[in-house]
Amino acid sequence: MKNKLLPFLIIISSLIFITRLFWIQIINIKDVNLSNKNSVEKVYIYPERGYIFDRENKLIVGNDPFYDLMIVPSQINLIDTLEFCTMLKIDKKVLLDKLKKAKNYSTIKPSVFLSQISKKDYALIQEKLWKYKGFSVRKKSNRNYILNSASNILGYISEVNDYEVNDNSYYESGELIGRQGIEKSYENKLRGTKGVSYFQKDNFNRITGPYKEGIYDTLFQKAKNITLTIDFNLQVYGDSLMANKFGSIIAIEPESGEILSLVNAPSFDPNLLIGRDRSKNYLKLKNDTIGKPLFDRGLQGMYPPGSTFKLINGLIALEENVINPQTKIACNEGHFYSKNRFMKCHCKAGTINDLNSAIYTSCNTYFATIYKETLEKFNNSNIGINKWNEHVIKFGLGNYLGYDHPLGQPGLIPDSKYYDIWYPKNQWRAVTTISNGIGQGEILTTPIQLANIAATIANRGWYITPHFVKKITNDSIELKYRQKKHTTIKKKHYEDIIQGMYDVIEKGTAQNSKIKDIKIVGKTGTAENFIKINGNRKQLTDHSIFIGFAPKDNPKIAIAVFIENGYWGTRWAAPIASLMIEKYLNKKIERKYLEKYILNGNLMEEYLKPYSKTNFKINE
Amino acid sequence: MNNDINIKKIDWTSLVIIFVLILLGLGNIYSSSQAYLLDSIFIINSFSKQLLFVFASIIIFLFIQILPYSFFTKYSSILYLLSVISLIGLFVFGREINGSLSWYQFGGFSFQPSEFTKPLTALALAKYLSDINSNIKTIKTQFYSFLIIFIPIILIILQPDPGTIIVFLSFFLVFYKIGLPSIYMNFFIGFIILFFATILLSPNYVMIFLAALTLFLLYIFKKKYHNIKKILIYLTVFSLFVYSVDFIFNNVFEQRHRDRFNIVMGLKEDYKGSGYNTNQSRIAFASGGMFGEGFLKGSQTRGNFVPEQHTDYIFSTVGEEWGFLGASSIIILFTILMLRISKRAELQRNLFSKIYSYSTVTIIFTHFFINIGMVIGLVPTIGIPLPFLSYGGSSLMAFVLLFSIYVKLDSQRTSKW
Repeated sequence: MKNKLLPFLIIISSLIFITRLFWIQIINIKDVNLSNKNSVEKVYIYPERGYIFDRENKLIVGNDPFYDLMIVPSQINLIDTLEFCTMLKIDKKVLLDKLKKAKNYSTIKPSVFLSQISKKDYALIQEKLWKYKGFSVRKKSNRNYILNSASNILGYISEVNDYEVNDNSYYESGELIGRQGIEKSYENKLRGTKGVSYFQKDNFNRITGPYKEGIYDTLFQKAKNITLTIDFNLQVYGDSLMANKFGSIIAIEPESGEILSLVNAPSFDPNLLIGRDRSKNYLKLKNDTIGKPLFDRGLQGMYPPGSTFKLINGLIALEENVINPQTKIACNEGHFYSKNRFMKCHCKAGTINDLNSAIYTSCNTYFATIYKETLEKFNNSNIGINKWNEHVIKFGLGNYLGYDHPLGQPGLIPDSKYYDIWYPKNQWRAVTTISNGIGQGEILTTPIQLANIAATIANRGWYITPHFVKKITNDSIELKYRQKKHTTIKKKHYEDIIQGMYDVIEKGTAQNSKIKDIKIVGKTGTAENFIKINGNRKQLTDHSIFIGFAPKDNPKIAIAVFIENGYWGTRWAAPIASLMIEKYLNKKIERKYLEKYILNGNLMEEYLKPYSKTNFKINE
Repeated sequence: MNNDINIKKIDWTSLVIIFVLILLGLGNIYSSSQAYLLDSIFIINSFSKQLLFVFASIIIFLFIQILPYSFFTKYSSILYLLSVISLIGLFVFGREINGSLSWYQFGGFSFQPSEFTKPLTALALAKYLSDINSNIKTIKTQFYSFLIIFIPIILIILQPDPGTIIVFLSFFLVFYKIGLPSIYMNFFIGFIILFFATILLSPNYVMIFLAALTLFLLYIFKKKYHNIKKILIYLTVFSLFVYSVDFIFNNVFEQRHRDRFNIVMGLKEDYKGSGYNTNQSRIAFASGGMFGEGFLKGSQTRGNFVPEQHTDYIFSTVGEEWGFLGASSIIILFTILMLRISKRAELQRNLFSKIYSYSTVTIIFTHFFINIGMVIGLVPTIGIPLPFLSYGGSSLMAFVLLFSIYVKLDSQRTSKW
């Protein structure tokens, strides 16, 4: 043992060393890649972000150069911090915070010290920058939104956050990422792919030449330009109609599923969310709790569809042979749908409606009754409501619609499971759910889903998933935006419903929205809504809703208009829809009186009511 | 005097290996000081200075070979005393570099006496232990042997220079080899194991384990009084050790010392503070891969990102520029060298030469083990050069001195018997 100890130690350590060398030189080298090699500097070359055009090829979004101030902490030598802070318009605390952050990242690698300096500020800084060692400037570019409109569609870009840097190997600190809207959903197309060049450096951080003659370098890939389906003339016109109103307008070309406009009111200038004041402006928008400009009512708002939903119940009843177009139902200012339970209607006592008149007078009795009968056609209400649900969800309801915008809500179409939770042990029947018959009750839809219903009816039974992007340079749009989705309802039933919708304008609830030479069809709706004030449930003025399309034959535009607390559908939603249709089809407005009435319409008082802290009246 | 030189008996193989190692060292020092060329003329000197030291080393080697054999037995004590005095002199004339008072400064050259203390202590030990009156199994001989190594150790603790202290402690391997009772070795090995266990776990867990082990052994040896006494002595010493390690580690060590340990033990990751060297060195090895990036092409080396790369971290240059094959070759060269010297030490019949040869292997091995272990991240960061390769005049010349005396003594093997 004593004689062998030393040779034994020598051989064992050599074997361990060689094994260890094999491990760190051949096997486990992946965490030691080019990017964390201090001796190699990685320089990115960014392609210019893709342009965005509207459907008429008008440029909507371009780019604007800006500058990032870069820092290498090990080289800095700050003598006059006061002058430095004044030059950058920051205070000393911010300076120290940013220095600390940069040091934490790396003392010898450059990182972004101050980002998004405008051209004007850059001119001032550049003059004095030579005085400050360790700082340099990197040119980048920012979004430039040419029109003050459609901020809800376009979205915005901003610097990646720490989570994104860690989650996504592509992004590095200080880079920009599409944060919302089209900028987000088409981020990969719009950004292109950055190129990388590697340079050899010495420990004083000086570049001494390309690393290994550039064999690891990659070229950047150009970004793709995007053409939207949005018609900006229509979009901007929609913005103007929505002045002093909260709500949304969604117009779709039924044949293609292309979204012609998505107006959200109140809106904001997309240019607020770029540049150095981005977070300040963002906070301001976020803190507007009355208008909620960042909340896209068209995509995110879930509301009861009200009377517009009667169309779908009518279609289902026809399909299930519960009624035919001639089926007549009496209404006496409403009806008893079960013992002692009365549903009111605005029909006069003794009215007898068939399907057509039920639609254009929006008779509650008629649609509540046929809804109940549809469910009761089956052995029990469980099967009945599930059958009904199957029909309804085919209209793109009750789930995310699948459009190419990151925001959205599924809405709600109840089925038997839903009621089993609220009324366990089969304690519910068809009449329990009677409100569904008139679009109140449990049903929730988003305005874009309503617009899609209009498009589906316009197509007589199918729709293409609504989408915002028409064309991508050297690329095709997704297959699902080219495929028809069919409903379970036969085409002939749609004609009966459409006739009723035509009469809504001709002799029904929306006669104020007639346009000469254009056959508009549609349906008004009024949705009850409630709010909690200090814990008390309080009813607010009804939402005003209209869905429709035009022309009646060979439709070119389907539309849904939703005005928060606008009361009757006829009062705001229907005229706005008709103006949008007129604008889109005729390119000019002849009904100036109506346009003037809408443009001057102001609902702000209505919106402030819940905040007035006094009792207020509704539905005036 | 001339009859002392026996060309045929010289250990040519070892000599060639050492020559190759020195040349490789020169090449790598040239490469790792390249980055400085951009900057100033000052550091280009590190290659030309080393070249100068290599010539000086050759002179030292030749000088040692022409000295009579008897010189080493006769003057070993005086040489040892001189080296101890030179260590003491540091406290008066020394110059502090990187926090250690280990250097004398003469013009552009600095001189580290502790490097020369290593071979001279080896000589003194060989002389004392080969004396007919010495017996390492007796307390008296143990006392004087320990004194010989602890005088320089204490002086070096005061500098301080932990790497060199460990080298002196490694003389225990030589003592053990020539018959130091196993109890010392048991304590020594026990201490090493307990040291790491205490730091990695906690002293209380280690104590529970020790207590359980003691009870188990007491149960086995319940009838044998002598063994029970022994076990209890071990338990007492080990318990004291565990708690003093815990105390020293947490109260005497500074945070940077603890960090170094924790990084090597994998208890802590730190790429910017103390772990910086280790991590940069790791990157250099990884970029070397199998065949290396080529002479003068190592990107970590060229960028000079590994601090101390031409001195203690020279092996990372080898790893980056010559790859796994180059680095392994150097390890194999060292292995052959050390095995060869220890083999010839076994054959040596003259006890003085034998003990000196053992010391030579032990000193080289300790440097080899700690330096390469540190550079490839297996051993905590301890400043210690790689023999013959690292930049540094004192270190190179001291190793050549160590080796030259070995060659001289070894070549006299049979003629004196």
